Amino acid sequence: MMLLTCPWCGPRNSTEFRFGGESHPRPRPDAATPEEWRDYLYFATNPRGWSRETWYHGSGCRRYFAIERHTETNEHRAIDERRAAEARR
Amino acid sequence: MTQEQIALAGTGAMRLGRQEGEVIDRRRTITFRWNGKQQLAHPGDTIASALAAAGERVFSRSFKYHRPRGILTADHLDPGCQLQVGDEPNVRAAHRLVEADMDVRSQNTWPSLRFDVKAANGLVGRFLSAGFYYKTFIKPERLWPVYEKVLRQFVHAGSISPDTAHDYYDKRYAHPDVLVAGGGPAGMSAALAAARAGATVLLVDEQGALGGRLRWGGPAELHELHRLTAEIAAEPGIEVLTDSVVGGRFDDNWVAVVQRNLPNVVERLVKVRAKSFVVAPGLIERPYVFEGNDLPGVMLSTAARRLINLYAVKPGERAVVLTANPEGDGAVADLQRAGVDVAAVVDARHGTTVTRARGRSGVQSVELSDGRRIDADLLVTAVGWTAPTSLLNMSGDKPVYDPRSARFRPDPARLPDTVLATGRIVGDGSFSEIAAHGAAIGREAARRAAGIRARWQTQVPTRTPGEPVAEVPAKPVEIPDLTPAAHPELFRGHTHGFVDFSEDVSSKDLFTAVAEGYDSVELVKRYTTVTMGPGQGKLETVNAVAVVAEATGRTIAETGTTTWRPMYAPVTLGALAGRIFEPVRHSPMQAWHERQGAVPLVAGQWIRPEHYGDPAAEVRTVRNAVGIIDVTPIGKLDLRGPDVPELLNLLYVNKWNNLGVGRVRYGVMCAEDGVVLDDGVTGRLGEQHYLMSTTSSGAGTVWEWVENWLQTEHPDWQVHVTPVTTAYASINVAGPRSRELVGRLAEGVDLSPEAFGYMNVRTGTVAGVPDCVLWRIGFTGELSYEIHVPAAFGLHVWEALMSAGADLGVAPFGIEAQRILRLEKGHFIVGQDTDGLTQAYTAGLGSLVKLDKQDFIGKPELTWQAERGGYPLLVGLQPIDGRIVPAEASQIIAGGRIVGRITSSRMSPTLGRSICLGQVEAGLAKPGAVVTVRLIDGRNIPAAVTPQLAHVDPEGERQRV
Ligand SMILES: [Zn+2]
Repeated sequence: MMLLTCPWCGPRNSTEFRFGGESHPRPRPDAATPEEWRDYLYFATNPRGWSRETWYHGSGCRRYFAIERHTETNEHRAIDERRAAEARR
Repeated sequence: MTQEQIALAGTGAMRLGRQEGEVIDRRRTITFRWNGKQQLAHPGDTIASALAAAGERVFSRSFKYHRPRGILTADHLDPGCQLQVGDEPNVRAAHRLVEADMDVRSQNTWPSLRFDVKAANGLVGRFLSAGFYYKTFIKPERLWPVYEKVLRQFVHAGSISPDTAHDYYDKRYAHPDVLVAGGGPAGMSAALAAARAGATVLLVDEQGALGGRLRWGGPAELHELHRLTAEIAAEPGIEVLTDSVVGGRFDDNWVAVVQRNLPNVVERLVKVRAKSFVVAPGLIERPYVFEGNDLPGVMLSTAARRLINLYAVKPGERAVVLTANPEGDGAVADLQRAGVDVAAVVDARHGTTVTRARGRSGVQSVELSDGRRIDADLLVTAVGWTAPTSLLNMSGDKPVYDPRSARFRPDPARLPDTVLATGRIVGDGSFSEIAAHGAAIGREAARRAAGIRARWQTQVPTRTPGEPVAEVPAKPVEIPDLTPAAHPELFRGHTHGFVDFSEDVSSKDLFTAVAEGYDSVELVKRYTTVTMGPGQGKLETVNAVAVVAEATGRTIAETGTTTWRPMYAPVTLGALAGRIFEPVRHSPMQAWHERQGAVPLVAGQWIRPEHYGDPAAEVRTVRNAVGIIDVTPIGKLDLRGPDVPELLNLLYVNKWNNLGVGRVRYGVMCAEDGVVLDDGVTGRLGEQHYLMSTTSSGAGTVWEWVENWLQTEHPDWQVHVTPVTTAYASINVAGPRSRELVGRLAEGVDLSPEAFGYMNVRTGTVAGVPDCVLWRIGFTGELSYEIHVPAAFGLHVWEALMSAGADLGVAPFGIEAQRILRLEKGHFIVGQDTDGLTQAYTAGLGSLVKLDKQDFIGKPELTWQAERGGYPLLVGLQPIDGRIVPAEASQIIAGGRIVGRITSSRMSPTLGRSICLGQVEAGLAKPGAVVTVRLIDGRNIPAAVTPQLAHVDPEGERQRV
């Protein structure tokens, strides 16, 4: 079981977390085409390499956070979610 | 037998006089049963050593050919020593210590160990040849039941009884800086050095005591054993687990250790998160392949030395020793000291080898490559070593074959920084060289662990500012060289013999497999099942690879090995399952329900009253008088902050801007795919204070869902979410007389219809309990009040309602009555009347969904669903024959096609007929349409679509009074 570093709690067993999948920006609901929306809903790029993901520390601080994780080595680094959300606006 | 007689008889003809390193307690004698017969042993004996001391040579019969098998390795790997102990099968009898009154039986023998009818199979070649599973039991298909019977007879494991009591298995977590797998000289030295460098150390060994090969060595080894053991005992930083095995290494040094020697616990699974992991398993001695190599009396040099030095057992009377290394030479010395007549020492380093062992139930003579034939009852072989690299492979290593030392070696370049290896798995050397290597590895493991500890410390943002971070020596410890000693490559002699003793696979089978085209070692493994027995290749893999290499004309390096996977050693399912930690949730009123004879309903983690004996009567009470139901599991979220309306607008499909203080509104949540996720009511208690309710099963999900949207999409919104599901006990008071009943207990709340109308919320005192929340809603379709009481007073308010309403005819009702009541009223249940494909319009929520809102979760998909039209629809259904209640999930069919299904169905006590909800295709969702419902028994019945979902009071007059 891998160790995952929660930006709030530090390194913890990955069983304390729920994997939220690859995180992609939510398309504008009033402007998205069905193709764009379903791409957001159902498709993941599943890269061999760095992947941007959401995790939820359900058995800890109960924070959702975004990380970049290398899918081959599990190396990972935190992303500031608030700044990322602002950058998307 | 009296104690005196036992003492006179001794524990067996083959028991030697006192040995310096023996682990048996000669002062005491215990008795146990072996195939029904009484046997003697000393405490400290393994089952196998006690039997060997008594002169037993045959312990079991082999899997396919039912050949007699005896001691081969005299440790936990011994394939011939898997026995049944009481109702525990497959006990490794050369490892398990004898206990008084144990009932030990041989496995795989019928009718008896001595006269095994199935040994005749040795003559039936075709039946059990290489790939026999694939060749023999395929055609004709009609004979499969017969094959099954045949195969059952050949099952080679022990037997289990379904009546066996469930034993206690334990679980533990450990977080040492350094975990050392293997307590031989290298592992002990590593543990000592790591602890002295400041690390906390967990030292694990599979044997009953630390020491590894030191334990069965001579005076010099025993001297070192005692010194190391004493030093480890004196070192407070080291915890030692013996009779424990490191089963697997997973990501980031998550290591499974199975511990056995605990009182009152069968096994304990220790889940270890180690910062550094030191692998020091030593070497496993490799059997030699030649004709007759499985006869009882053929054993490894380490087996002979264990028997003599640990258990004071003479392995035989007259021996031939085949040796290619110093350990084999050591065995010769031990045998001579034990009084065994060593008839010949065959030195494989000079080219002579054994070609055949002859005998029926044990070795009688040995044939050598120089043509000699020597009478002997014992043949000891010392032809090389297998490096048990399993834990290193699990860490990402790919061991490489070294022809000079005739064994595989770890490739340190491929190991992660957190995993180190030491001891003979790395190389050979004198005791002091091995100890020095172990100590250096231990210090380096401690240094790396300190680095990880410091990094973890700095990764915790909540740490105390200015807290000092431990200093880590920057310079790596210098690791001395440890090179494997040169060793002749000895795998197979001039004849064919067994490669896998557990699976009865011979070198001839491997040649056959290669000849049939299975020329990769992974394919040969699966085709012949070589290395797939209980030993999982620890004895067999290298010989199997060497034979495949020989058969294909490739080198061993080119042939490669099969993959080592967890677990390293067999582990019981009990150890993996461990204790069960599933919480059970009760409302504060559950004890009352049980006293009233409520039938329990398991709903997720909750235990709830399904009914109190007669759900139909409970329904009538609610329709005619007043009933109360415990709805504590309903999810409740306390929402506070200026942006709650924004949040509600996002979560629900309907609008929330204008909800006044004191008002309650029903809402439905969808996911981003437009599928109905949850529903419930939310009330506004104050300017910036709301209470949201969710379904009982959705309580946890919705909380996380709300947090997800707040934290990731709208971190700028000011909303605090607090789950208060179990902070309140929740009671629904329902029925025409509910106002009267609540009015008798409520203080500070005006219950008149003008002051407290339908879909309103008030706070006040109920039965003397302040801070209760009352909302006027109606899942049952009756006038009703849902009262949320601070949980500690739940039972008090419940009992107050029961006594205050006695003259009104109040009675408790359960989930079943509530389900009937809501079905009569046509209220759907998320997950019952909807499924993972049911979008909001299908659930009949067209008038609730507000597509003119700027945004809400699922809006695009619902916009498209509305545009698309033609979707299936939830409708009310009534079978024409009102006596028939179609089972839930019954199909609705038309023209040979499934066009819908019944989602809920009950007999309605109010209407005296069956009523249903169902999903049907768009064309059938018209009031008065008659559909065909297929019952479970295959009958088709007609049912009519009702004008509304509600079967009772569609106008809602009863709940608005
Ligand atoms: Zn956390």
